[in-house]
Amino acid sequence: MAAACACCTGRPAPQRWLGVLGSALLLAASSVLAARVLPGRIEVLAAGGWEAPYGITLVADGLSALMVLMSGIMALLMSLFSVSSISPRRLKDGYFFLYFVLLAGVNGAFLTGDLFNLYVWFEVLLIASFVLIVLGGRGAQIDGAVKYVTMNLLGSVIFLSAAGILYGKTGTLNLADLAQRLPFYENASLRQAAGGMLLVAFGIKAGVFPLFSWLPASYHTPPHVVTALFSALLTKVGVYALIRTMTLIFPLDQAYFQPILLVVAGLTMVTGVLGAVVQYDLRRLLSFHIVSQIGYLVFGLALFSAGGLAATIFFLVHVMAAKAALFVAGALAHYLRGTSDLKQLGGLLESRPALAVLFALPAMSLAGLPPFSGFLGKLALVQAGLAGGAYFTVAVSLGVSILTLYSMTKIWNEAFWKPAPAPGPERRISAWRAWGVALPGGVLALFSIVLAVAAEASFSLCLAIAEQLLDPAVYISAVLGGES
Amino acid sequence: MQISLALLIAVLFGCGFYLIMRRSYLKVILGIMLLSHAANMLVFTSAGIVRSPAPLVPEGMQAAEASGADPVPQALVLTAIVISFGVTAFALVLFRRAYDVVGTDDIDELRHTEI
Repeated sequence: MAAACACCTGRPAPQRWLGVLGSALLLAASSVLAARVLPGRIEVLAAGGWEAPYGITLVADGLSALMVLMSGIMALLMSLFSVSSISPRRLKDGYFFLYFVLLAGVNGAFLTGDLFNLYVWFEVLLIASFVLIVLGGRGAQIDGAVKYVTMNLLGSVIFLSAAGILYGKTGTLNLADLAQRLPFYENASLRQAAGGMLLVAFGIKAGVFPLFSWLPASYHTPPHVVTALFSALLTKVGVYALIRTMTLIFPLDQAYFQPILLVVAGLTMVTGVLGAVVQYDLRRLLSFHIVSQIGYLVFGLALFSAGGLAATIFFLVHVMAAKAALFVAGALAHYLRGTSDLKQLGGLLESRPALAVLFALPAMSLAGLPPFSGFLGKLALVQAGLAGGAYFTVAVSLGVSILTLYSMTKIWNEAFWKPAPAPGPERRISAWRAWGVALPGGVLALFSIVLAVAAEASFSLCLAIAEQLLDPAVYISAVLGGES
Repeated sequence: MQISLALLIAVLFGCGFYLIMRRSYLKVILGIMLLSHAANMLVFTSAGIVRSPAPLVPEGMQAAEASGADPVPQALVLTAIVISFGVTAFALVLFRRAYDVVGTDDIDELRHTEI
């Protein structure tokens, strides 16, 4: 499905419109999939007709379908953004081709039903993201890419080794089959070691506490739209893989992984937000916020309860939209003033009130102020945390919320509120270009509000997905044909 | 055989991790290469080392006569080798480019993205 879209680009001239068309098709396809799966069903596709434990299976359960739907929405919005902001030279270098390879990798990772294919899809999306990061080849880009590439290759190696160990012990790599066989394998420490290696590998991709250094070093170097796309999709694939493996393969070892995940979650939140507080570059600041938001996601997972997982899923959807919206607003400010250094920005509220609103809505949502989706997500997380007895991490998450609010206020004060430091000429950007950026940003900001208004419906959907995740037997019997 | 292969994998991992923590680009690249070799070896040997004929099913039979080597890890490692080959090639070009941009071979000089 996604690969079909990838094939339709590659020609230089009409690429822009093919890009938008391709992502619209992707969104349509993922909507169809979501409509079929989200009532609580699980769709299984055995590639080439080889049945489950032997062949390659694609599985779409509630979580996969929701993630694919979100990536479809992001793909369409970001392709609109790309059309107006990517330079012809980058287009000629195959920007949209890589864009779709990346999407194919992301969606493949969401849908695949076996561990080795997860590795392959990870590599597909990594290599596309490597090239997207260096495309254009400025010094800072190369510099960021070196760190990004090294860390992520390390993650891949660890992931592959874990897959090898699990295969050696169980003789299968199909996730459902693994989930079925692993409980019969007595050597718990080896099982936990393999689980721990997967944790490290996915942790690198997701950017959790000790392993996130590549993220703020590289995310602010490529063009704005690439940063927005990465923040919406790439780290979230790591989180998805964590949720999938922890709930499906290692439910036995939850007691072992829970304290690790809780500590990691707390430290991720704190280090991310502390990194953000001291930054004065808008994009670096927002990159550190990605890290701190990942902490919240891991926190919900670590609780291993329906409430916690539902909160994580809700938060995942919210943060994908809010974060991308912030990057879009930041991009617009950069286009207007030619810099994203907060000290040199200023007075945007006066000159561009619409942009100020565009920034303020997702910023308040991210900080967790009441009428927005971020508030509901955090409220659900806190409730689940209290129910699960993780009082300390709850306290940490509340403190981090305040710091998030502080750093958002800092951006607001510096970029929008205070008078412009030098009455420099505001850059003229064409209406076409401004709308190309403002439209996706506006839709994302509205999305966050809609999510909050429809909280009842969306949260019950998340809860249904979470309950599906916590009952692996359904997944196993759907994949292996009920012979368990 | 098992022991020596296990030792080999351990040595490859050890050297790889050591090299990847060095400051020179070239050593980091070599470290990545060694690490991916180590992971490939690990996958390859994951099904155990057996001396046996190919697990082919003779004509007219339903199953292979002797239990042969497991073909799955070999298929997996084939994919993994191709991937690591491609990724290493990309990393080589990238590091070469980084060398051109920064003008030294020292990772610590890569400070464009820090403040």
